[in-house]
Amino acid sequence: MRNIAFLAGSLIVLVVGALLPHAVSNAYVFYAGFVALQYVVISTGWNILGGYAGYVNFGGGAFVGLGMYAAVFLFKAIGAPLAVQMLGAAIAGGVLGLGMGYLTLRIQGVFFSIATLALTIVLNTVIVNWSYVGGARGVTVLAPQPTLFPSIVSYVFFAMLVLAVVSVAIARWIEKSWIGRGLAALRADEQAAECSGTPTLRLKLFAATISGALIASAGAPYPYYASYVEPASAFGLAIALNALAMPLIGGTRSWIGPLIGALLLSSLEQAATVTIPTEVNLLIVGLVLIGFVVAAPDGLLGLFERKPAKVRAP
Amino acid sequence: MPFELGANAVVSGLLLGGLYAVASLGLTIAFGLLEVPNVAHPTFMVLGAYCAYLGNLLGVDPVIASVVFAPAFYLAGMVFYQAYFVCFERRGRGNTLQSFTFFFGIAMVLEVSLILAVGVDLRSVTATYIGKSLTIGFITMPYRFIIPFLIGSVVGAGMWLFLTRTHLGLAIRAVAHDAKALCIVALSPAQVKRHAFGIAMMTAAFAGAALIIVNPVDPFIGREYIGRSFAIVVLAGMGSVPGTLVASVIIGLLESLVITYVGATWAPGVAFAVLLATLAIRPSGIFGVAR
Repeated sequence: MRNIAFLAGSLIVLVVGALLPHAVSNAYVFYAGFVALQYVVISTGWNILGGYAGYVNFGGGAFVGLGMYAAVFLFKAIGAPLAVQMLGAAIAGGVLGLGMGYLTLRIQGVFFSIATLALTIVLNTVIVNWSYVGGARGVTVLAPQPTLFPSIVSYVFFAMLVLAVVSVAIARWIEKSWIGRGLAALRADEQAAECSGTPTLRLKLFAATISGALIASAGAPYPYYASYVEPASAFGLAIALNALAMPLIGGTRSWIGPLIGALLLSSLEQAATVTIPTEVNLLIVGLVLIGFVVAAPDGLLGLFERKPAKVRAP
Repeated sequence: MPFELGANAVVSGLLLGGLYAVASLGLTIAFGLLEVPNVAHPTFMVLGAYCAYLGNLLGVDPVIASVVFAPAFYLAGMVFYQAYFVCFERRGRGNTLQSFTFFFGIAMVLEVSLILAVGVDLRSVTATYIGKSLTIGFITMPYRFIIPFLIGSVVGAGMWLFLTRTHLGLAIRAVAHDAKALCIVALSPAQVKRHAFGIAMMTAAFAGAALIIVNPVDPFIGREYIGRSFAIVVLAGMGSVPGTLVASVIIGLLESLVITYVGATWAPGVAFAVLLATLAIRPSGIFGVAR
């Protein structure tokens, strides 16, 4: 029953999203909507590994940047259409997530986080040295005029909407299936989970792959959206911080949490860009993040849930 | 000529290692021994650099300024650890997701505060030794690299003596080994850790002075040191001071050789490659015990 409701809801969202460009002429709606939906994808993708499995990925910005440059590469090399660019970005992100996971998750989870901390700098280094995709100067991408949509902005908006629906559906499916239960078990106690027959390493690697693929694909439509990409902004710190803040503010235990967090943060950001400087905005996000981690570790969702009896650690 | 180029690269790599050592020793204690993933440490180092800059504005040598500021960093570290302890460890919530995120948030807030307070311009210090160099034969060593190397050696040696020869040092190593056992001998693990964290933070003041002597500093420079310092701590073998010194010199040498023979733009990738290689080949590090 709930599955049918979710499916119906997704379909309605998609149909409305497809019709919106023909009904609304104000381009700002799509510019702002694109960012909000991109945040939904990043937040949902991050949460599959960070929330369900409890392994923090600090390299959200690196994965998004990888997606952008995978799209730029495919566009320049073979003039690939947007769907192929997104698929390519997803594959690149998945391979990166799997590779990082394979090298680090076998030992201790902490090392995964540490490695992702350094990842942004490394990918930045690679792109700066790679002149084919523009190097440090950046690259201009002139998107072809779409056939079914009135403008390029509404086209990438719809692409991002599809991606957002798909990623929320994937997150929900993982959460409800045995994979989600396995991930929850290893988050609670990895040794106990391993002892009771949960294939922890396989599950972690699966989560790292899916998570990396989703975050990277969120970056793929960006070159069309902004028509200019350069490494300094592609690998900025704002995305890494937001990727973490959104699920933690919303709540990491369920697929709704990251969705709420992403919509909340993106609308706050839209309201904030016209009133306060970006730095102050980042400062506020940072402070809110610390506040939630300290006072409400289960996010907004956790605040409204019935609390289990308190257990005090020795 | 190629030989002289290589020799100079090796020497500057060694000197760079001294800077990296003082930048990483704080993490060796905080992360290696106490297992507190203080991602914010490099950002505190940048704060230390700005403190040295402030002192320098008043005409004080950056190294002396850092010594003056060091007690403040010690106290700040103790307060910082206490906040972490109250929020996480005492509630039994020392799980990595939350503490990592906490420190990441702190780093972020500190970095943005620095941007708002001092702007994004590069700041540098002046001292009599900056700009001169020592030439022995065909090897040229700028003093702005020699001084940080000396700071690194002194802090490293001091840390090693402190950890092996004093009671508090012994207690800190003991708390890393088995915190519960400390309770049995009537020591408070939290108190010992508080002091250890204060000492770790104090090294950030010295590291900051070393950093701003080597290069002009902007608020973003801490990011480069996050990956590098963690790579050094892991390569060293968690919590090993001699290991940290050796690992710092290895990373310094590799970076210097890459800068000389491959290109300066590739240098930021070295630490990451070393980190991944260490995790793949010998996760316990050079001086670490297998686990």
